[in-house]
Amino acid sequence: MALTLMKGSEAIAEAAIRAGARYFFGYPITPQTEIPEYMSARMPEVGGCFLQAESEVAAINMVYGAGGTGARVITSSSSPGVSLKQEGISYCAGANVPCVIINVMRGGPGLGNIQASQGDYFQGTKGGGNGDYHLLTFAPSSVQEFIDLMMVAYDKAEYYRIPVLFLADGIIAQMMEPVELPEMVDFKIDPEKKPWACTGWQPGDDPEKRGIINSIYIDTESLAVHNDELQAMYKTVIENEQQWEEFNCEGADYIITAFGTVARIAKSAITELKAQGINVGLIRPITVWPFPYDAIKKVVAQDSVKAVLDVELNEGQMLEDVKLAIGGAKDVDFFGHCGSQMPTTDEIVAKILSMKEGK
Amino acid sequence: MAVVFEKTKYLTDKVFHYCPGCGHGIIHRLVAEVIDEMNLNGKVIGVAPVGCSVFAYDYFNCDMYEAAHGRAPAVATGVKRVVGKDTLVFTYQGDGDLASIGTAEIVHVAHRGEKISTIFVNNAIYGMTGGQMAPTTLVGQKATTCPKGRDEDWCGKPIKMAEMLSAVPSSYYIERCAVNNTANINKTKKAIAKAFRLQMEGKGFCMVEVLSPCPTNWGLAPTEAMKWLEDNMMPYYPLGVFKDKEAE
Ligand SMILES: Cc1ncc(C[n+]2csc(CCOP(=O)(O)OP(=O)(O)O)c2C)c(N)n1
Ligand code: SF4
Ligand SMILES: [Mg+2]
Repeated sequence: MALTLMKGSEAIAEAAIRAGARYFFGYPITPQTEIPEYMSARMPEVGGCFLQAESEVAAINMVYGAGGTGARVITSSSSPGVSLKQEGISYCAGANVPCVIINVMRGGPGLGNIQASQGDYFQGTKGGGNGDYHLLTFAPSSVQEFIDLMMVAYDKAEYYRIPVLFLADGIIAQMMEPVELPEMVDFKIDPEKKPWACTGWQPGDDPEKRGIINSIYIDTESLAVHNDELQAMYKTVIENEQQWEEFNCEGADYIITAFGTVARIAKSAITELKAQGINVGLIRPITVWPFPYDAIKKVVAQDSVKAVLDVELNEGQMLEDVKLAIGGAKDVDFFGHCGSQMPTTDEIVAKILSMKEGK
Repeated sequence: MAVVFEKTKYLTDKVFHYCPGCGHGIIHRLVAEVIDEMNLNGKVIGVAPVGCSVFAYDYFNCDMYEAAHGRAPAVATGVKRVVGKDTLVFTYQGDGDLASIGTAEIVHVAHRGEKISTIFVNNAIYGMTGGQMAPTTLVGQKATTCPKGRDEDWCGKPIKMAEMLSAVPSSYYIERCAVNNTANINKTKKAIAKAFRLQMEGKGFCMVEVLSPCPTNWGLAPTEAMKWLEDNMMPYYPLGVFKDKEAE
């Protein structure tokens, strides 16, 4: 198939449509406004619906409504907007409404700035809204990977009945990359496959099949049962859905951990360090929830590995998971920036060199 | 023996948890009867609020959602955009839900002319949480968060949602009713039937506000509560049609 040069945000939006998304609800915010803009033109062409909501709060509740009918639904926003969505995300998680949410992260806290950031790692992986829930959270590092993950996101969301979150930094949405777009999938709401969905039940039908999209379980016992079911589902997600990339890890002296576009810069640094005779590997979580703890533990456990460097476009958030994975077996250092200044290749090289010199 | 009355099949057999003398039970039955009489063959989806009617999904015998506090209109928007004109989509909301935390969502379904219908149960109080002040609580009315009565200087005058939403250009039909006596209960049912009919005809946003007693949190016996509603709520919240584009 031919490669097309596309802007990240537009390629992502097109991928969602090809994956079967026909309902988009969102509110404009930089640096992802090109996604709703693209959707507003493209959805009508495929018989879908683009609706600009009055707020991110409303947008995610529209997602809850549309998702509960069994349709493939998407919303996209950036950090401050995703904060507003947390209430609705928790309801989607609690009511098992499959959907896709994109967070093109920008600098924070508060209004922060509009440049790329990875500052919402905690929010995306540790909850964000209230209650014991998780989202299947992807952190793509290229536009192509974003597209490929989007093509399977709905299948996974529907299989587990879990909301899927894309945690991307602003760079992915803003850059142009040659990409290969897959064929359009043929998706239709199938009440047989989604007996839980609101698809037109009437009195006299099987009472078990009445659609009730709900997250309230008022007595202690039934809430406990509901949470047990959620936890059992999360356990299978943890067992089956961890994805990560290893680069140059075998026999490496140092291991870098990074996600998203930062991992691409880390790769350049690794190539440069190799030229200087220093052997450094990279392990990059593709799913940040479930987090690939065991994979990181295993790579770092190699005798050759002296220490670990975690690099992020924040003040050290994934760092906590990396440390949990390693459990104190090796030293873990951190290099990162907030304020949305991307760590550079030179900075990462310098950091590894200083670790080597024991500084 | 001839059957003279049958409970509508659009209510489940679940026993209402509402207090004696509460208006929610009456209004539930009116909504369910109207749905039944429309012969929609299951093409109906309701959205319950957070408030005393949070369990409405257990009572209305059709596909149902339970929405976050105040968000029912946004949820209904998402539903309606998928199911389209052949399915009736309604929200059922209290005054804390609709007139306080959910003001943005209700104003914007009206603003978009969203083809959904809202049943707005105004009891001038937060029933579920035990009688706190609502935006609809009358000046001087006591509530647990205004123990000396609502102070106009401190909290303003109660908000009039029917009047306010009538001013939104794309709202279609807005009426305020009450369930204080048989005649008004019948009028309420007619208003609900009209709102639902207009939706199925593809018209814009319709809302029926219903003045409803909360004897428990007003601290009154059920019959006293009806009288209090007539003496205090009805003068401030006049009944009637505030907007009807069909009649225009
Ligand atoms: C986000 C959020 N804030 C607050 C609450 C607590 N709460 C539950 S019901 C309610 C008030 C409901 O009052 P109203 O809408 O008037 O309904 P009523 O019970 O009077 O029918 C409040 C404040 C909540 N559930 N969620
Ligand atoms: S508290 Fe008031 S609104 Fe709630 S059920 Fe009792 S009477 Fe009805
Ligand atoms: Mg109330």
